[in-house]
Amino acid sequence: MKYLHLIWAALFRRKTRTILTLVSILTAFLLFGMLDGVRTSFANVGKSAAGAKRLQTGSKLSFIETLPQSLQARIAQVPGVKDVAYANWFGGAYQDPHNQVFSFAVSPNYIDQYPEVSVTPAERKAFDATRTGVLVGDTLAKKYHWKVGDKLPLQSNIFPNRDGSKNWSFDIAGIIRATKPDDKQFLQGVVLMHWKYFDESNPYNRGQVGWYVTSVADASQSDRVARAIDALSANSDHETKTMTEQAAMASWMKQMGNISFIVVSIMGAVFFTLLLLTGNTMAQAVRERTSELAVLKTIGFSSQAVLGLVLAESVLLVLLGGVIGLGLAAMLGPIMSAGSGGMLNMPPVGAGSWAIGVGLMVAIGLLVGVLPALRAMRLNIVDALAGR
Amino acid sequence: MGNLIEIRDLAKVYARGKQKVEVLHHIDLNIAEGDFLALMGPSGSGKTTLLNLIGGLDTPTAGTISVGGQRIDQLGAGPLAKWRAANVGFVFQFYNLMPMLSAQRNVELPLLLTKLSSAQRKQNAAIALKLVGLDERASHKPSELSGGQQQRVAIARAIVSDPTLLVCDEPTGDLDRQSAEDVLGLLRTLNREHGKTIVMVTHDPKAAEYANHTLHLDKGTLVEQALA
Ligand SMILES: Nc1ncnc2c1ncn2[C@@H]1O[C@H](COP(=O)(O)OP(=O)(O)OP(=O)(O)O)[C@@H](O)[C@H]1O
Ligand SMILES: [Mg+2]
Repeated sequence: MKYLHLIWAALFRRKTRTILTLVSILTAFLLFGMLDGVRTSFANVGKSAAGAKRLQTGSKLSFIETLPQSLQARIAQVPGVKDVAYANWFGGAYQDPHNQVFSFAVSPNYIDQYPEVSVTPAERKAFDATRTGVLVGDTLAKKYHWKVGDKLPLQSNIFPNRDGSKNWSFDIAGIIRATKPDDKQFLQGVVLMHWKYFDESNPYNRGQVGWYVTSVADASQSDRVARAIDALSANSDHETKTMTEQAAMASWMKQMGNISFIVVSIMGAVFFTLLLLTGNTMAQAVRERTSELAVLKTIGFSSQAVLGLVLAESVLLVLLGGVIGLGLAAMLGPIMSAGSGGMLNMPPVGAGSWAIGVGLMVAIGLLVGVLPALRAMRLNIVDALAGR
Repeated sequence: MGNLIEIRDLAKVYARGKQKVEVLHHIDLNIAEGDFLALMGPSGSGKTTLLNLIGGLDTPTAGTISVGGQRIDQLGAGPLAKWRAANVGFVFQFYNLMPMLSAQRNVELPLLLTKLSSAQRKQNAAIALKLVGLDERASHKPSELSGGQQQRVAIARAIVSDPTLLVCDEPTGDLDRQSAEDVLGLLRTLNREHGKTIVMVTHDPKAAEYANHTLHLDKGTLVEQALA
């Protein structure tokens, strides 16, 4: 620690160059912070224990194709099935068509399939008892300042109401919260309405549902149950495809392209550039300090001490820029999410990203510092003092 | 007083490409403890080379050097660095201060290698700066000091860990007359009142007058011309 002022002084010997280098390091880690958040939130989707016990059944043909509501009773008969719920896409917007909110028309037991979230018993009772009632996620409620008892007007971008307009009116009956206080769940950002009300009010639906959500008693039985459910509709006009939530997410992500791969490729290119740039800075910094390093050795600093000083300088440089960059990413994420009005949902920079980030900083710092540090260590005092 | 430095049959050969250049040959030299010795000689005669060997910055090709009874010609790089830190102070022609550090921090530098606490380091550095008459410039950076002042800071750095031996390579080579005399006077004080043994390379006969006696090097050998 007593050498810190030496390292610091060396670092800011050329202020402009150091600051420019810091800015590029900062930018790289800002990008890293944002992209790694995206990567981890994709990687974590559907990985919950509860997710493994849930099956999703949709049309085999395409996800816009619907299924008959009558299938519910038949799925419930399949051995190993604990409960079956269903949902339909509603596609609502609040106030402005750009304010899309995830909204589903669901069976009364839909929310019971998701123990990750909960609604107070009183609110749940109110929801069940109100034909036009909706449950809203607490994230949405906070964003739009909705309260229980409020009227909620939503515009469907697909479905007309009985009066032929696409304006629907609901009553907020309850708030969906994460069961674990610090959790982030998808359902905290949705509006759930009664499928029955939706079906009765919309002249085109006629007893169709978008997808079924089936809870199985035992996760190890999921595959067998999934096959049995699909067998129910084999050779009918509504063949189904059933997958665990995890598998559904995985296949969806395959369609989206391999996000992790893209993120890692981009960051690889960015960090490679950073390596060259910072490496050049460090090499220059050491070359122009040859005589100063020789003086340190003259005074009695060992070769290893000089090696350590240069390595520490390089690690400190990358850490300084990197921590500011990641910190900015942590701060900017929520600001961008809020500013985009819900269009963008930047995940927060998690502990995992910080750990990987700091690890990367140290690794880059060492990698970039090692050649100049070795050069400094091998420096011959007599030659360096004579300017040879 | 006895000899602080004893040099026997010293030789230094540099390999320049395939060619070998014998820069010093058959040097025998005793330097008494408490001596102030000036080394003179034409450019390229090997003065700096000899001084570097005495200060433990370089190792000889042949022969022996002992300082204070310890053979330093056979020490490895690590032990030699430790030995320098404990026993030798260096003063160079171009001061060689750290440009980013204040005078105080520059003087403290050698103390970082000791077990002294930060407060003790500060105090010792302050004492050394006072000794060279620059206690009021402690917070100045080298760029804010004159050449003579910078050289005095360098001298403070050389003496702060209280070494027995000071080696100075043309310490006044870059200074005007007045500053040179200040620096030389300071060296004489350090020699007479603080008992430092000083070996100083110089081109300037006036500077050599401050020393107790002068030795001449020519083409790598000592020419006995010692003036008492
Ligand atoms: N590392 C080295 N490699 C090759 N030759 C060297 C090396 N160091 C010194 N020499 C040569 O040794 C000779 C003596 O050099 P040295 O620096 O000791 O001279 P000097 O007496 O100090 O000269 P000056 O008064 O110009 O400083 C010179 O010819 C120099 O070129
Ligand atoms: Mg010389």
